[in-house]
Amino acid sequence: MVFFPHRHLLGIKGLTEQDITFLLDKADEAVKISRQREKKTSTLRGLTQINLFFEASTRTQSSFELAGKRLGADVMSMSVGNSSVKKGETLIDTAMTLNAMRPDVLVVRHSSAGAAALLAQKVACSVVNAGDGQHEHPTQALLDALTIRRAKGKLSRIIVAICGDVLHSRVARSNILLLNAMGARVRVVAPSTLLPSGISQMGVEVFHSMEEGLKDADVVMMLRLQRERMSGSFVPSVREYFHFYGLDAEKLKAAKEDALVMHPGPMNRGVEIASEVADGPQSVIESQVEMGVAVRMAVMEALLISQNQGPRSEGVVA
Amino acid sequence: MKPLVLKNARIIDPSRHLDEVGTIIIGDDGRILASGADALNQGHPDGAEIRDAQGLVAAPGLVDARVFVGEPGAEHRETIFSASRAAAAGGVTSFIMMPDTDPVLDDIALIEFVLKTARDKALVNIHPAAALTRGLKGEEMTEIGLLKQAGAVSFTQGRHGLADTQVLRRAMTYAREFGAVISLEARDPYLAVNGVMNEGLFASWLGLAGAPREAELIPLERDLRIAALTKAAYHAAKISVPESVEAIRIARDRGANATCAVSINHLSLNENDIGEYRTFFKLSPPLRTEDDRQALVDALANGTIDIIVSSHDPQDVDTKRLPFGDAADGAIGLETMLAAALRLHHSGQVSLMRLIDAMSTRPAQIFGLDAGTLKPGAKADIALIDIDEPWIVTKDTIQSRSKNTPFEDARFSGRVVSTYVAGCLVHSL
Repeated sequence: MVFFPHRHLLGIKGLTEQDITFLLDKADEAVKISRQREKKTSTLRGLTQINLFFEASTRTQSSFELAGKRLGADVMSMSVGNSSVKKGETLIDTAMTLNAMRPDVLVVRHSSAGAAALLAQKVACSVVNAGDGQHEHPTQALLDALTIRRAKGKLSRIIVAICGDVLHSRVARSNILLLNAMGARVRVVAPSTLLPSGISQMGVEVFHSMEEGLKDADVVMMLRLQRERMSGSFVPSVREYFHFYGLDAEKLKAAKEDALVMHPGPMNRGVEIASEVADGPQSVIESQVEMGVAVRMAVMEALLISQNQGPRSEGVVA
Repeated sequence: MKPLVLKNARIIDPSRHLDEVGTIIIGDDGRILASGADALNQGHPDGAEIRDAQGLVAAPGLVDARVFVGEPGAEHRETIFSASRAAAAGGVTSFIMMPDTDPVLDDIALIEFVLKTARDKALVNIHPAAALTRGLKGEEMTEIGLLKQAGAVSFTQGRHGLADTQVLRRAMTYAREFGAVISLEARDPYLAVNGVMNEGLFASWLGLAGAPREAELIPLERDLRIAALTKAAYHAAKISVPESVEAIRIARDRGANATCAVSINHLSLNENDIGEYRTFFKLSPPLRTEDDRQALVDALANGTIDIIVSSHDPQDVDTKRLPFGDAADGAIGLETMLAAALRLHHSGQVSLMRLIDAMSTRPAQIFGLDAGTLKPGAKADIALIDIDEPWIVTKDTIQSRSKNTPFEDARFSGRVVSTYVAGCLVHSL
């Protein structure tokens, strides 16, 4: 396949196995570019990328920024803190204003589910979802997949245990969709209060104990637990949560000896993960960050270059 | 006005279980002189205007017990006039206006304002419901007796619930003496705290917080217990799950004076219609599953659910063109209630007689309105309906000032051809 039949990347939902493989292959190429001394290409020369972040983010925003720059695009980043959004301007109004500046791609993060899809209906350019509420975070799932594929050589039939706050996690939703599309076996491990309703129909095996959930796993993917969840009565305390669900060397023993330890960041050390594991030999957390830039380069190129080389599928919002 | 004769109409009058082809004769006082197959036996008044209604159904004008209007306070969404125009287009000749305005209808001066504005400007009969508690805050009861004398036909918390059971008990006890109907929406503020759609797999994939059915059922059962305790007339304003129907049925068996309504949206749509975050389908209570919808239709057909409401709730782009979770609840419905309800007739699930009963006769009885019947002596509020006429809802034809209809581009069979209020034509296709 030489083209990518989507105009936007709003979620993993709607992507086929071929689409995902296409992006991961492209990202492999991008890794090479990023590892060269001369990192800048002219792939997106003359194109404009605007990063519109309604929710604070350091790593995702800088990763997208760097991805665009390495492809030669003009990149502008806007975060809410210093924009008119705080003055009551709506999401749509902001988007329309930016749209009038004729960008080629809009990278959006917003605290509400569906925000990226809403924008995509209103603007003329491609939209990349950089996280919308508790819905999806597709580039995170892609970079996780790339990290796994490069370490394990494949995605099909590997066992991935996603552990922690699945309920509030867009990363978990995108990963569940992607890993299922690629034929991996997905487990979730969490207390029931942190699992969404209907989880057992989402294509996962559900576990409430780390020991059972991690047994023979190839990948242990930890999710961030926000401290405000304690006050929401999701879990009683950090101490209790760490005791039962925090990943430490002892619990990790249940997984395969060469299991990868992953975390989308930022980590809460001592809450969901112990430093001995986060910084240990099985951790690929830093590699995830490197793959993040590569995957975002691949996505940008797919939407802005490859998409135009094939027959366009009308109205695809995927 | 000139006397009016509507002849050859199929008259459906649930107040008399009447379904026959005949004539309706309306006197110069806007009241019905005779209606039925043999109405012409005494001849018709001199100088009467005669209209041949062959092929049309003549039903008592619809009575919509739950309508939100933006006046006073949010006239850009809907005024009393624009709501009445939408009502007339939908065959609705009387509606009960919710007190969720700015300011809240919790004082006799405001009830008088609504009635005066309606008298001066509205095309249909508008009956205000007053707030049960001051400012809808759920703390102190309003002047129920005086408000009722001023013309409030029901007492409600509108979009809000009432958390304090002591306040609820006292208000119900006090209201009973005035024969006031208390109409409440059941929504547990804790269980449904962030819930923006039905809890379940679909909400989970969309990343939206869900409201479980228990968030409706628990406060409803609580309210029904207090209604039984106080013997007050209690009306569940909008139920969305079959478990609520069951709760009402059990409460009635125990002797509670309880009635309930379902919105036309919950009879027509389900959670899957939300699709990719379509905010016009964001309602409170949320749209439930297809199984729930089917069960509600059955409960309507057998009469356990008393009435259908449009729950007309105009919202502008400023409150709807937002991400789903941030958008306001509500959909307009005055103009489409009848057409959507006729789908249940065409599918053979609910009889035409029961549908008109649920949208006219029964709500008029529950709230004590002079409406819902074509008996001699009744006010000539009439909807003439072509029950098979195909049409498509488009934004341009919507009379309401707001366009937030979940039925945009929907295909319907059946439409109001003419609407009469007190014998005067207020809408005609």
